[in-house]
Amino acid sequence: MFDFLKAPVQRFQDFVVLGGRAAVNVFRGPHYTDDTFLQMDIIGVGSLPVCVMTGFFTGAVMAQQMSRALATYGATGQIGQIVSLTLVRELGPVLTALMIAGRNGSGIASELGSMKVTEQIDAMRALGTDPIQKLVVPRLLATAVVLPLLTIIADFMGILGGFVIALTLGITPDQYWSTAWRSLEFNDVGQGLLKPFAFAIVISLVGCYYGMSTTGGTQGVGRATTQAVVVSSIWIIVITFFIGRIFVNL
Amino acid sequence: MSNGPEQSDTVVVQFDQVTVRFDGDTALDRVSFAMRAGETRVLLGAAGSGKTVLLKTAMGLQAADSGRVLLFGRDITRMAERELFELRSRVGILFQEGGLFDSLTVEENVAYPLRNQKTRQAQSESETEESVREALRFVELEHTLQQFPSELSGGMRRRVGIARAVVTEPGLVLYDSPTAGLDPITANTIMALIVKERDTRNAAALMATHRYQDGQLMANFRYNPHSGELQRVSVNGDGREGSTTRFMVMREGKLVFEGTQPELEASGDPYLSKFVLKR
Repeated sequence: MFDFLKAPVQRFQDFVVLGGRAAVNVFRGPHYTDDTFLQMDIIGVGSLPVCVMTGFFTGAVMAQQMSRALATYGATGQIGQIVSLTLVRELGPVLTALMIAGRNGSGIASELGSMKVTEQIDAMRALGTDPIQKLVVPRLLATAVVLPLLTIIADFMGILGGFVIALTLGITPDQYWSTAWRSLEFNDVGQGLLKPFAFAIVISLVGCYYGMSTTGGTQGVGRATTQAVVVSSIWIIVITFFIGRIFVNL
Repeated sequence: MSNGPEQSDTVVVQFDQVTVRFDGDTALDRVSFAMRAGETRVLLGAAGSGKTVLLKTAMGLQAADSGRVLLFGRDITRMAERELFELRSRVGILFQEGGLFDSLTVEENVAYPLRNQKTRQAQSESETEESVREALRFVELEHTLQQFPSELSGGMRRRVGIARAVVTEPGLVLYDSPTAGLDPITANTIMALIVKERDTRNAAALMATHRYQDGQLMANFRYNPHSGELQRVSVNGDGREGSTTRFMVMREGKLVFEGTQPELEASGDPYLSKFVLKR
């Protein structure tokens, strides 16, 4: 009767097993430090222009659109507060994570998927290396370190983008930066940094899971890549809601 | 730091009623056989008959759903991945497409087992480099050290794969369709290397193939170290005596034949006859 549930439950179980093994392997050797730094470079430095652009224009667009609504109440001067709160709490982490899911989640899935279908992962196991230790753990650690950093940069660039628009609205730099800065509380910064950390775990593990379970040749690699981006994007939206709920109640 | 050939009475691989399933499809169906040290086995079968699955199950890359797999006398059926690494270091494998790491150079690919297998980490870097050069010299590709696999032809990639499989001098070498997709001249070069490797070290070899002529070459030719060429085995004049090569034939996951070349050729079974080129 519930046969249709077997496949998704099996996939979820496999994903949890992969996550568990990766978590255990983080704390035991051998550690592939070079691979971790290489992944940090690919994911972090490589994604910098994307995050800078996304952050800057998100902040600018938000300031532009909100200024009309605020003008109705004569509160255009509060634009800095709205931009910084929305970016730090929600848009900065979510948009950065969606960019990284699209850029690096897909990259992880396609790279590992190609390795799977060309038997390189089997070769790795045959030649004395645990693919979870060698492939999954470095990507997990690298994403967990760089995604919060990229989010901070995107947040700052977004506030800067809002500042450029605020100047065109006749708001003084002092007024903009003081409202932007003072509006932020520990709660906002806390969830703004916790979210990218959670997203990083999802993006890297989902990418690795779909890559390492690829079947069906090059067509399968394409399918795995698409699934990795779609699934991690959905989880990012779901997780941001639940973390948001927790912090609302704090 | 060689693993060295095993004692000739040692069973290196044993399958005992092994079954492997994928999503309800049976890839191996109650397969049983035992292979001794120094023995050569040729595994024939059509595409999808389970040859690759059998090889991967033999070294624990694929788990058996039921039955028992013994590698060098140890039951690996339920063995944890980390425990398997020590046993796997005594086995070399050539994957169907070579299975080379495309982000590493030829030198790094061949050195990979030497640098990553725990049993060999006492080996110095200069010893590793010498072993790599020797293995690449064996397959006549010493000049490709700094090239990447993508820069090599299909046959060259297969030869690098052989070098990587034998660089640790394992007691058992598994070859998965070593000549698949290659032209006849390159296929003969690859087969000559496999025979040369087998006869130089007297290691056990299990070769999956769909080409009967590959099996014939394994069964009837020996590497002559003096002339450096292959020559037909001619003990007692009929070219077959003295051969330790046994043939196995798979059909839809079942092992439907196990025996010598004359027994295979004498079989009247229509499926077996499809593989046999009468001499």
